[in-house]
Amino acid sequence: MSTAAPHLVRAEKSARPGAGQSEARVGWLAVSPAAVLLIGLLFGPAAAVVLFSLTDWQLGGASFHFIGLANFQALFGDPIFWKALGNTLLYVVLVVPGTVGLGLGVALLIEASPGLRGFYRAAHFLPVMSTMSAMAIVWGTMLHPTIGLVNRALGAIGITGVNWLRDEHTALLALAVIGIWQGFGFAMVLFVSGLKAVPQHLYDAAAIDGADGLFDRLRLVTLPMLGPVTMFVVILTASRAFEVFDAVRVLTQGGPNYASEVLLHRLYTESFDFLRTGYGAALTVVYLAIVVALTLTQAKLLERRVHYT
Amino acid sequence: MRRRGRAGRIARHVLLACTAAFALAPFVWMISLSIKPPQEIFQADFHLWPTQFYGFENYRIAFTAAPMFTFLLNGLMVCAAIFTLQLLVCVPCAYALAKLRFHGRDTLFAAVLVGLLVPPQALAIPHFVLLYVFGLLDTYAALILPWAISAFGIFLLRQFFRAIPDDVIHAARLDGLGEFEIIWRIMVPMSAPALAAFGIFSVVAHWNDLFWPLIAVRSADISTPALGILLFRDDEAGQFLGPLMAGAAIIVAPLLLAFLIAQRRFIDGLAVTTMK
Repeated sequence: MSTAAPHLVRAEKSARPGAGQSEARVGWLAVSPAAVLLIGLLFGPAAAVVLFSLTDWQLGGASFHFIGLANFQALFGDPIFWKALGNTLLYVVLVVPGTVGLGLGVALLIEASPGLRGFYRAAHFLPVMSTMSAMAIVWGTMLHPTIGLVNRALGAIGITGVNWLRDEHTALLALAVIGIWQGFGFAMVLFVSGLKAVPQHLYDAAAIDGADGLFDRLRLVTLPMLGPVTMFVVILTASRAFEVFDAVRVLTQGGPNYASEVLLHRLYTESFDFLRTGYGAALTVVYLAIVVALTLTQAKLLERRVHYT
Repeated sequence: MRRRGRAGRIARHVLLACTAAFALAPFVWMISLSIKPPQEIFQADFHLWPTQFYGFENYRIAFTAAPMFTFLLNGLMVCAAIFTLQLLVCVPCAYALAKLRFHGRDTLFAAVLVGLLVPPQALAIPHFVLLYVFGLLDTYAALILPWAISAFGIFLLRQFFRAIPDDVIHAARLDGLGEFEIIWRIMVPMSAPALAAFGIFSVVAHWNDLFWPLIAVRSADISTPALGILLFRDDEAGQFLGPLMAGAAIIVAPLLLAFLIAQRRFIDGLAVTTMK
């Protein structure tokens, strides 16, 4: 009661909530389903993962023992884990520049003049909307060594293509191309909205200073003004690339010889194919730690960037 | 100057045609294979359009060998159920966080912000265990319940509700409306754009999701589209590329059509939800 009283007084000054409804009570009533579910489906499970990671429990098993950090020791001693981590980082490093570069280039070209603008925007955005598991199957046939589109096209100019998805040297690269294909239309859309926000008077000012050529305008006005958007797109692309799973599951299952194994797929395989719950939970904790650390760093970077401009 | 302008325009179209070709190639390839008989798919020279049109056969096989309609219906039902639940849970919470004063509000909002950090895949094991304990694995509930809460939805709607002037709420209170009437009869209609954006974000995410259905569901009867096409591929009929491509086309078609019909809505919706 003592906590509710001040609110009532304050509420009475303006219009107060309906008769018999104190603001605090309504507030609690309104948030209680969300609060319960946040605990039951989000924070509780997050705590459970940490707990599982300290046990030798297997899904369906009747008993378990706390084994300390043994799961983590096993994980960090597992070369496949390091391979998956390395591949994930390599995948991110491949996908981010490709997606951001293509997205920026296409956005600049689309906004350069109005001809066919709507068509180009829709065409480039189509992959973003498409179901990845189905389109990964389509990509699988395009990358087929003999009848696939890619090797047919290469054959037409006298190059013999390899079996992209079954070759240790190209599997991850092929997946990265698919990742870029799916994501660059989204980067384009974000860049377009960034371009629309560049005030016309900056171009006018640049023109007065004699910078009215296409590349001068680009170098002196457009690209600097796109700085914050670019930062945002890089971060978004990187965190999405870090979560790559669908195409890997559908096309390579991490193979051949773990050449395209990535963190999230490893997590899935250990936890749900092999049912090694404790080990899978340890992997999840590491994955969670990396994602949270990345997100927090990004938030910091973005914040600083926003203050600069 | 004028000549350079024209050369520039042509260069623009040439370059954009190349990138558009990259974006569209898989769709064109998919459609092309889905209307070809097997021997034409495997022959040495490639034609976009088949000499023998085999589309009816391929699509008929896709529809009969796998429950394609069921996959699509499941996708629709699961996405609708998830979004409805998310609205029921998130809207009142977002309203209270934005407009009401109560003890613990700031703590709850901080919890929502922390919740934004947690990737859903990290909760797969405990969600699986939870559903196992309640005997709900391999049911619609397994596909829907883990998504009932969306920290992101709460956050997005709270930001939007805050922008609605307090005077609107005061006027409604003076008219004798209760708080929950205000939520559903005033706030919701006023924030239709934000709800639409969140809806598009939610539906696109769950229609396309493979990770969670792969864990929660085994039977084809309740598979969502993204999982269904995989089941079809691993099936006997899916070994044939024509029907498989027809199946893929059926799976991706609904969202793509919806997008083509309401392009601006989709693009703005998805851009807005990520920019927030």
